[in-house]
Amino acid sequence: MNLSKRWLGEFVQVEDTDRNFAEALTLSGSKVESYEHEGAVLENIVVGHVEEIERHPDSDHLWVCKIDDGSGDIIQIITGAQNVSKGDYVPVARHKSVIASGDKITAGKLRGLESRGMLCSLGELGLSAHDFPYAIEDGIFILGDDCDKTIGMDIRESIGLNDTIVEFEITSNRPDCLSIIGLARETAATYNLPLNLHTPEVKPGIEDVNDYLKVDIECKDKCYRYCGAVVKNVRVAPSPRWMRERLRAEGVRPINNIVDITNYVMLEYGQPMHAFDLRYLNGNHVIVRNAKDGETITTLDGEERTLTNEMMVIADEKAPVAVAGVMGGEFSGIMDDTDTIVFESACFNGVSVRRAAKALGMRTEASARFEKQLNPDDCDVCLNRALELIQMLDAGDVVNGMVDNYATPKEPVVLPFMPEWTNKFIGIDVPADEQAEILRKIGFTVENDKITAPAFRIDIEHQADISEEIARFYGYNNIPTRELAGVAKATLTERQRFNKLLEKTSMGCGLSEIQTFSFISPKSYDKIRLPENSTLRNCVTIMNPLGEDTSVMRTTAIPSMLEVLGRNYARKNDKAALYELATVYLSNGKDELPDENQSLVLGMYGKNYTYYSLKGIVEKILSVCGIEDYNVEPKKDASAFHPGRTGEFIVDGKQIAICGEIHPAVLENYGIGARAYVAVIDVEYLFEKANLVRIYKALPKFPATTRDLAFVANIDMPVLKLEKAISDVSGKFLENIELFDIFTGAQIGENKKSVAFNLRFRSAERTLTDDEVNSAVKKAIKAAEELGAVLRG
Amino acid sequence: MRQQLEEIRKNAEAALKATNSLEELDAARVKYLGKKGELTAVLKQMGGLSAEERPIIGQVANDVREYIQNELDERISELKAAQQEAKLLTETIDVTLPGEPCEVGNRHPLSIVLDEVKEIFQGMGFDIISGPEVELDYYNFEALNIPKDHPARDTQDTFYITDNILLRTQTSPCQIRAMEERKPPLRVISPGRVYRSDAVDATHSPLFHQIEGLVVDEGITMSDLKGTLDTLAKKLYGPETKTRFRPHHFPFTEPSCEVDVSCFKCGGVGCSMCKGEGWVEILGAGMVHPKVLKNGGIDPEKYSGFAFGLGLERLVMFRFGLDDMRMLYENDVRFLEQF
Repeated sequence: MNLSKRWLGEFVQVEDTDRNFAEALTLSGSKVESYEHEGAVLENIVVGHVEEIERHPDSDHLWVCKIDDGSGDIIQIITGAQNVSKGDYVPVARHKSVIASGDKITAGKLRGLESRGMLCSLGELGLSAHDFPYAIEDGIFILGDDCDKTIGMDIRESIGLNDTIVEFEITSNRPDCLSIIGLARETAATYNLPLNLHTPEVKPGIEDVNDYLKVDIECKDKCYRYCGAVVKNVRVAPSPRWMRERLRAEGVRPINNIVDITNYVMLEYGQPMHAFDLRYLNGNHVIVRNAKDGETITTLDGEERTLTNEMMVIADEKAPVAVAGVMGGEFSGIMDDTDTIVFESACFNGVSVRRAAKALGMRTEASARFEKQLNPDDCDVCLNRALELIQMLDAGDVVNGMVDNYATPKEPVVLPFMPEWTNKFIGIDVPADEQAEILRKIGFTVENDKITAPAFRIDIEHQADISEEIARFYGYNNIPTRELAGVAKATLTERQRFNKLLEKTSMGCGLSEIQTFSFISPKSYDKIRLPENSTLRNCVTIMNPLGEDTSVMRTTAIPSMLEVLGRNYARKNDKAALYELATVYLSNGKDELPDENQSLVLGMYGKNYTYYSLKGIVEKILSVCGIEDYNVEPKKDASAFHPGRTGEFIVDGKQIAICGEIHPAVLENYGIGARAYVAVIDVEYLFEKANLVRIYKALPKFPATTRDLAFVANIDMPVLKLEKAISDVSGKFLENIELFDIFTGAQIGENKKSVAFNLRFRSAERTLTDDEVNSAVKKAIKAAEELGAVLRG
Repeated sequence: MRQQLEEIRKNAEAALKATNSLEELDAARVKYLGKKGELTAVLKQMGGLSAEERPIIGQVANDVREYIQNELDERISELKAAQQEAKLLTETIDVTLPGEPCEVGNRHPLSIVLDEVKEIFQGMGFDIISGPEVELDYYNFEALNIPKDHPARDTQDTFYITDNILLRTQTSPCQIRAMEERKPPLRVISPGRVYRSDAVDATHSPLFHQIEGLVVDEGITMSDLKGTLDTLAKKLYGPETKTRFRPHHFPFTEPSCEVDVSCFKCGGVGCSMCKGEGWVEILGAGMVHPKVLKNGGIDPEKYSGFAFGLGLERLVMFRFGLDDMRMLYENDVRFLEQF
């Protein structure tokens, strides 16, 4: 909402700098977004008088003007405009001036003659013919009698281009502030100044409105009040300057006196007005009713609209003439030959207008106001204001009276006056009489321990609302601050601590954290080659996504990771090692909320990384979580992964993690030209299985005995299998078994490999004997042989 | 003999000084102090001395031995030090060569600031809770006093899953869930992802993070709200930071406010960051609306509370001087490595 300070001045005289005004209103609850001065760009443009004008000797279209610009000298200016005459008063951009476009004007020569500036058109002042309808746009703006013709006067002052416009952000609970009067009321209360409201007075007119207009409201639940008045012998003409410049300051283009009056009243009171031609009202009868399903109307914008019975229309005896509160019909406008008009000032149910505007896809200035729920009490006042302006502008002959159908009168909101409650709730100590005074300043009545809210305050319904009014005029910043009393103990939950541990470990392993969108493209599932029948394709789908790329909630965070790896690869970053503690959303059926589970996704590419780099990190994470008892099995059918380079970590028969190289086809889909490795850890299961309890084990007192054993095994024998077989039989003294060498080659034999382990034996009580160790080693060798692995000589 | 001994002392002293290696030194030691050395040779003649002279000369001889031994030890340590010095010089390396890279990952800037905010609130006794991102319309809107067709729904363009299920547009639904699950006194914050149908640009994203806060107890007032948020601002931006509370409107709080902090770049005099205002908006807050308390199963006659919501991305952008929010979700490693 824009506020013209000039217009505001009609209701409250506030003297303060613009900056202070903005701050004061902001702190009392009407947030100022910005303020600007009209014509602020213009510099050194003044009123000049054309003393003489003659043709340029070397041009057939240029004119040489002698201008009195009030500087004491008569200056020479060349113009190409053809509408300047001797004796005209014109805007003169002097040497070193700035016009609306921001261009600087300096003296120069035109066809050999000096020109000490420029005469300006409307456009060069930032205006159009809407602002000065008597002027032409493709010529010099010849000042009319509505301008101050003092020679040398700043042009902005002369033509009234000197208002200050303050832009407010009005919250949805305060539609009353979408008006000059509403903001004037807030201003007066903020500055403790009198508010000079004016009661419109309509002078006696002609005839009787009841002979021209009849109003029936069929849907009283949606149309609370409808006031109509009639103006005959309409004289369509431009509005006077004061009205035009106020509309302009509000960002509304002046059209003609009738249209301008409807806009003027809307801005002044916040009440949308509608004017339509009585000729097109069949039977002179306004019927406010629900539309019939499928009924059509062509609206002012020329579009044919099909209506439903949930929409309300203003109809005559035959057809709708307007969609109530939204837009008029095509014949309802003011035309050149319009003679008699009806002014409508009505109040509709906000929700109903909102639904209709939304369904029809046409939100208008009127609907935006109506939908916030306006106040029915002022419909008649606003209508009188329009009629008063008609008489003031001599724009027609007002027909006596008004048709006022107040179908559903609004009950005033009455609340008990509880100053103590407010003091306690806010934490202040404001005496009752001061609280009452604050409320009265903004239109409340306080009497006999009862507060009556003014009708325009549709937002007041509870004592807390009253407290807010007190608090904001008392000043939020005057409320004392207090530390929260009482000791409260905050602790992290076990899960929160666990997540912290996972993230710390991931970073410690060299992975950087990433954050990616939770929604992905459904095509991602194809990109990671997810089988058609995979349950992961059953995802939570957004009905109204921004685009396909962000249209489903991810059931796996692998695509997010691959996208990031791909982006880094495309940007020529030579390596990336990343993790995301990602939420995935697993559908529980259309009408249920999904499970939101966490998975830890690790991803990397780069010269020195292999499958084992990533596997080492997964092992570290499992170890940090106290999970030692797991199996790793080759996973050949995970579609996003390389069939020969992917392992599945199994705990108690269930996958806890998968770790592998990404399938080349998937790499290609993500534009990754290097081998990339991804692991996904099921955090929910990991948390279930984790054991973070640590118990101290005494450091060994007795020496260890070690043995190195090298076996020749089949090339496809999983080392882990061999290792487990050995450690299973090696007895209680086996402290550790570790792979230390693996190789293939001719000396080993075709399809064979050499696998060497280091076994460390130790007793906590004594030094082991060779016999004890030898017997364990014997068993180990036997177990290996059972798997087809032979001890190397 | 006395003279002889003095002679040996002098000669030995000179000889030791002249040595340049441990080998030479050892030879000198043998020469003077060895079993067949000069001192021993002199001492062997002691037998020819009188009983009176013997202890005196014996004393002198011991002094000379001790003297030479001391000189010898001193010279040994001098030579050892010189030798080590020479060896160290040969071991000189180029200390300006780069160190071996130490591969530790980086925390995402969003998490860095979130961790900080969490710590501040934990210090004030707030538990951290979370709620679903795919949420019921009831929790996201209805229970927060935003019925269907409420104009406030316009400002939060919502992604819908079904007519009743949506992606939460704010973390405020956690208020209701917290009230349902816990009993007062209640102090919680609930950070998390929220979703609004805004196209991506430098300052908008369809997905961003909020941190919701809720306090409910007997006798909670707006003073408590102000005190808590003032503490937050000072802990985030330093003890000199001032706060400014502006009236605002949220359907689920009454009174409501927006909170500005004195611009942390210019200190409040006005700069490009604060658009010349000296203040930067960081959060919205208010006293929990009695209807909302009731919806959460809490008796508004007995209890009152306040709630607030912070936008995490904004804080992160301020903290790191980041001017484009998209960087946060692109995860370029050159970006991540900066934090």
